Amino acid sequence: MAIKDYLRERFFPHIWCPGCGHGMVLNGLLRAIEKLGLSKNEIVMVSGIGCSSRITGYVDFHTLHTIHGRALAFATGVKIARPELNLIVPMGDGDALAIGGNHFIHAARRNIDITAIVMNNRIYGMTGGQFSPLSGENISATTAPFLTIDPSFDVVELAKAAGATFVARTTTYHIQQMTDIIRQAILHKGFSVVEVLSQCPTYFGRKNKIGEAADMVAYFKKTTTPMGSKAKQENPYLLERGIFVQEEKPEYCSLYEKVVQKAMKGQ
Amino acid sequence: MSKNIKFVQGNEACAEAALYAGLDFYAGYPITPSSEITETLAYRLPQIGGKFIQMEDEIASLCAIIGASLTGRKVMTATSGPGFSLMQEALGYAIMAEIPCVIVDVQRGGPSTGLPTHGSQGDVCQARWGTHGDHAVIALTASNHQDIFSITVEAFNLAEIFRTPVILLFDEVTAHMRERLVIPQPGEIPLVERLKTSVREGVDYHPYLPREDGRLPMSDFGGVHRYNVTGLFHDMWGFPSSEPGVVHGLLHHLVDKIENRADQLAHYREYYTEDAEQLLVSYGSAARSARHVVEDRRLHGERLGLLELQTLWPFPNGIVREKCAHVKSVVVVEQNMGQVMQAVKLAVENPDKVFLANRIDGVFITPSDIINILRLIQGKGV
Repeated sequence: MAIKDYLRERFFPHIWCPGCGHGMVLNGLLRAIEKLGLSKNEIVMVSGIGCSSRITGYVDFHTLHTIHGRALAFATGVKIARPELNLIVPMGDGDALAIGGNHFIHAARRNIDITAIVMNNRIYGMTGGQFSPLSGENISATTAPFLTIDPSFDVVELAKAAGATFVARTTTYHIQQMTDIIRQAILHKGFSVVEVLSQCPTYFGRKNKIGEAADMVAYFKKTTTPMGSKAKQENPYLLERGIFVQEEKPEYCSLYEKVVQKAMKGQ
Repeated sequence: MSKNIKFVQGNEACAEAALYAGLDFYAGYPITPSSEITETLAYRLPQIGGKFIQMEDEIASLCAIIGASLTGRKVMTATSGPGFSLMQEALGYAIMAEIPCVIVDVQRGGPSTGLPTHGSQGDVCQARWGTHGDHAVIALTASNHQDIFSITVEAFNLAEIFRTPVILLFDEVTAHMRERLVIPQPGEIPLVERLKTSVREGVDYHPYLPREDGRLPMSDFGGVHRYNVTGLFHDMWGFPSSEPGVVHGLLHHLVDKIENRADQLAHYREYYTEDAEQLLVSYGSAARSARHVVEDRRLHGERLGLLELQTLWPFPNGIVREKCAHVKSVVVVEQNMGQVMQAVKLAVENPDKVFLANRIDGVFITPSDIINILRLIQGKGV
């Protein structure tokens, strides 16, 4: 199937700004799905609120565009009700880890078979450039006119600690790696988290003088390195990319099936 | 056939009724005084191959059942005041996206953490206006276990017919009280099943295009029709739209489908209303004491009647106006500061003849409480 067959062209043009990284994530995601050869009827995409969350409107799957921060809770309901469906949940950084932080750690703890994609542009774009829990310190934002003092979460460490059984990071510069990682994340049976560093030239880039979209993407190339690379040893400030966790553990819906069997036997 | 008789709590009656209605997905979070509903279903649902999950909070519980409903399941969650407050945003989502679901609020004293193990009826207006924006809701209640059973089944039926969340407003007194419950035989209470689209695969399905009768046939997630569901104003495909005509039309559809059927949705019981000179209007646990007062006063020759409301929203204005038309005074008996009394005042022709008999201290309102208040209203003193 061609990539455009996964799109609802009826609903274009999309709302994203020129240079936004979210379209690149959509590209990587659809290429991953194409490689997996999944039927469109088998995929449910659930999102919350924000620029990134609008992705659900543009794809020809079963799509559920919900409320801010709660996408994983809705997705959990869909998944438990129909475990055979593939659940993909794209989220922004604020959506996933500020308002949605609790649902994020609990979905990870349960190891429910959902693929969470955190499209991390370190800013609230839709509401006009406020800082997020992933902005980090000394960042200029409309709610940090004197620069941020809030430390940021490390999505990878947080997901690992909470119990996710597949944890990876990539960027919009590394589109081939992104496609491959998302493909593996969807295949993984359990809760998988893929952090994709994405650029918001309109707010984050402009306010922090990082340059235009292309400069921001180049910045991802310059400031990241493959996991365990020699470059990382020489420069600890580089951010690692790759698959950090990939392990087999009992998945929540499978465990619940056993509960059903036990309960039925006891009757 | 022998009768299936149980001696149970109101919460268990609600859980049994939900199973009778076809509940097969439940998500919840522990909170007093509703926890027995969650506990009962944690035990019962897997026995019938249904799904139960304890979520991380009440917000997630409502979100999870909305998601599950979209796959074709009959769904419910239960909570109490603080949890119901947390659910308000997702409640609005279910209204906007037209997702059938049942939400039980076993009321306790509020505001805030309030009185966890004491009764109250303080969430009536929250059920109506707790979520933001113009909207309509269906909220039902009952005063005894047999009625809790039948009104719970009705909640599931109305959720399917109107594609909307239905709120069950019970309270701590009936929820924790034990009394006799006769479980009806299968088929004794008719059940409404999900109306599914007959549009075939490959033909354009419009999830938000109402039929002539106003109903919207659904297609399960995972089925052959892929469509978008959103909390934004949306067109007939479910795609976001801010086009004024679309916004105006959708809002009217959401409100009118319920408000225009207020009389049809009105469930109530009446006792001695035909020749009543004074009418009590009550609901939920308070109606038990109100009924006792009416039975007692009738023995003394007083022409007192009771209108027991089971549908609180949409408010049954027509019924209330009619029943109150020929009485000298109306006394609303409730365990809050007059939430239904305000609605009754709006419904009747002469609001000055509407009085409130209430109790708000966490103690169940007794018949003597009501009688004392009636004497005060009649100018007789206590």
